[in-house]
Amino acid sequence: MYSYSEFDEGYVRERVRKFRSQVERRIDGSLTEDEFKPLRLMNGLYLQLHAYMLRVAIPYGTINPAQMRQLADIADKWDKGYGHFTTRQNIQFNWPKLKDVPDMLDALADVGMHAIQTSGNCIRNVTADHFAGAAADEIEDPRPTAELLRQWSTDHPEFTFLPRKFKVAITGSPNDRAVTKAHDIGLRMVRNEAGEPGYEVIVGGGLGRTPMVGKVVREFLPKIDLLPYLEAILQVYNLSGRRDNKYKARIKILVHETGLDEIKTRIEAAFEAQKKHFRGPEPSLVAAIEAAFSQPELDPPVMSISLDTPVRDPLLESWIDTNVSEHKVPGAAIVTVSLKPIGGTPGDATSDQMRVLADLAERYSHNELRVSHEQNIILPHVYRADLPAIHAALREAGMATANVGLISDIIACPGMDYCALATARSIPIAQEISQRFEDIRVQKDIGPLKIKISGCINACGHHHVGHIGILGLDKAGVESYQLTLGGDGTQTATIGTRTGPGFAADEIIPAVERLIDAYLGLRESRDETFLEAYRRVGMEPFKAALYSEAKAHAA
Amino acid sequence: MARAFTPKIVTANDLFEGDVIYLRADGTWSREHGDAAVAQTQERADELLAVAQAQQDVQIGAYLADAELGADGRPLPIHFREAFRTRGPSNYHHGKQAQA
Ligand code: SF4
Repeated sequence: MYSYSEFDEGYVRERVRKFRSQVERRIDGSLTEDEFKPLRLMNGLYLQLHAYMLRVAIPYGTINPAQMRQLADIADKWDKGYGHFTTRQNIQFNWPKLKDVPDMLDALADVGMHAIQTSGNCIRNVTADHFAGAAADEIEDPRPTAELLRQWSTDHPEFTFLPRKFKVAITGSPNDRAVTKAHDIGLRMVRNEAGEPGYEVIVGGGLGRTPMVGKVVREFLPKIDLLPYLEAILQVYNLSGRRDNKYKARIKILVHETGLDEIKTRIEAAFEAQKKHFRGPEPSLVAAIEAAFSQPELDPPVMSISLDTPVRDPLLESWIDTNVSEHKVPGAAIVTVSLKPIGGTPGDATSDQMRVLADLAERYSHNELRVSHEQNIILPHVYRADLPAIHAALREAGMATANVGLISDIIACPGMDYCALATARSIPIAQEISQRFEDIRVQKDIGPLKIKISGCINACGHHHVGHIGILGLDKAGVESYQLTLGGDGTQTATIGTRTGPGFAADEIIPAVERLIDAYLGLRESRDETFLEAYRRVGMEPFKAALYSEAKAHAA
Repeated sequence: MARAFTPKIVTANDLFEGDVIYLRADGTWSREHGDAAVAQTQERADELLAVAQAQQDVQIGAYLADAELGADGRPLPIHFREAFRTRGPSNYHHGKQAQA
């Protein structure tokens, strides 16, 4: 697993030391807030609605048991005994006191973690598939490439002044679990006809104010060409990206305004020129990074019971059905621990739960844990034979909810319960939906469904790519919720379409119920998912279900 | 005639704790919305805001928020955001609601 190099450790400690003195000077009044604010933001400290918030990075969502335990201790010692895992693979502490933050940062540094935020118009964090290194459908672990990109871009003077911030996502599987089409650059590993691995390169995706699905600029890029090709993309963007308007400066606008063919031509030309003097990174660097992400040796026991034998415990069976995914090694499995208990806050874990997760990772998952952008925790390398024991331990800790991929596995940003930018709350909507559809049999009957909720147009809850998206707005001083349907964050990415007028807070749950009823009524069979049904019939039947009844009530 | 002025209060976050605070008439800060000084004119509102902003060493981000007077003559929030700020989050019993 990747660990800090000497340089990083020294750098992080030095940053903490500096920040400690800055906090002292803020407290004694020698720094004003105007002077202090950029310093605290760089160190992950935000001011939210009710308190400060510390945001801690979990690079590639990869975290080890010692780190998870330290997060638990930090939550107990300086916060309120819990943490919130976000859609950006971070953890947030919602109640730190200013004077304690340097101690929290030192405690993080003790386990090789930090809260340093890359800011400014540079290449921001590179994100990767949370099943990386484990998924059965994976061609290659994408994390070494992600780490290579991070190192390459950090040291790259030409790209620290891009027109706007820049986000990259990578998946090593044809099945996209990293929302690559919603990033400035998305890389999806595929094989060419000769069976060689390479990347499909996607450019110009993004959510937020102007949501767009990224476009494929190269169907197959050999791995070796990756850095020169990305350099070419960034050159084109640097030359032609708009710097006159913050809202138009993202590469998605350039792609949109210039047209895909023209952009492709420019990138390919820049790439040809680039290739002449830059062939990619040093093989020794690549080897070192790859070694840092090497796979654990998996040696699953020969199972005494075959997997096809029905499991006797119905709760265990139900949980295996939804929360366990196929591992690349037969006999091994990937467990997704749901942080979405019925009526709970999506993504929250108590300190005790974090410790249980750390113990389970140590005992059963080769010391690895992952945090998914869907706000769940992954045990990536377990043996199928251990599933009953893992399930039993999770049940005891209140983390055995068998709902991954179902209607109650909702993504929700903190919204106006915490976030200073929010226009409405999102958490209570998620809580109410999961309570309304509490019965697991009902959830399973409804089948795969992704509901995603954001508390403002910034779209941290990825509502545009939810099968059902919910956006909280402030409509003349009242919380109001805008629905979108048909969004998709996978390799078949689509931005959801608005249904029509929004719904008040007390109308939104009934509105979601009407959508579900409509779907259950019109699906061709139990195998047709909500998204498939929507794609077949379109908006109209759902619109009718949403609005005709409302009108009848109003009449 | 000019439009009726919506009464204003000054609110901010405490520098050390981050908690929501309200400016009293004497220029000190309270944790309770009801203690806030109420400005009935824009001039008075600007004056209060200036008093708050001068206190860089105790508050962050002072701003004016609309308020109305309750039956007891104390100010109440109008916008839902300000109402949430008087309580804390709705998913846990944390923040002001837990201190009351
Ligand atoms: S979407 Fe808006 S409300 Fe939600 S976390 Fe992001 S900025 Fe805050």
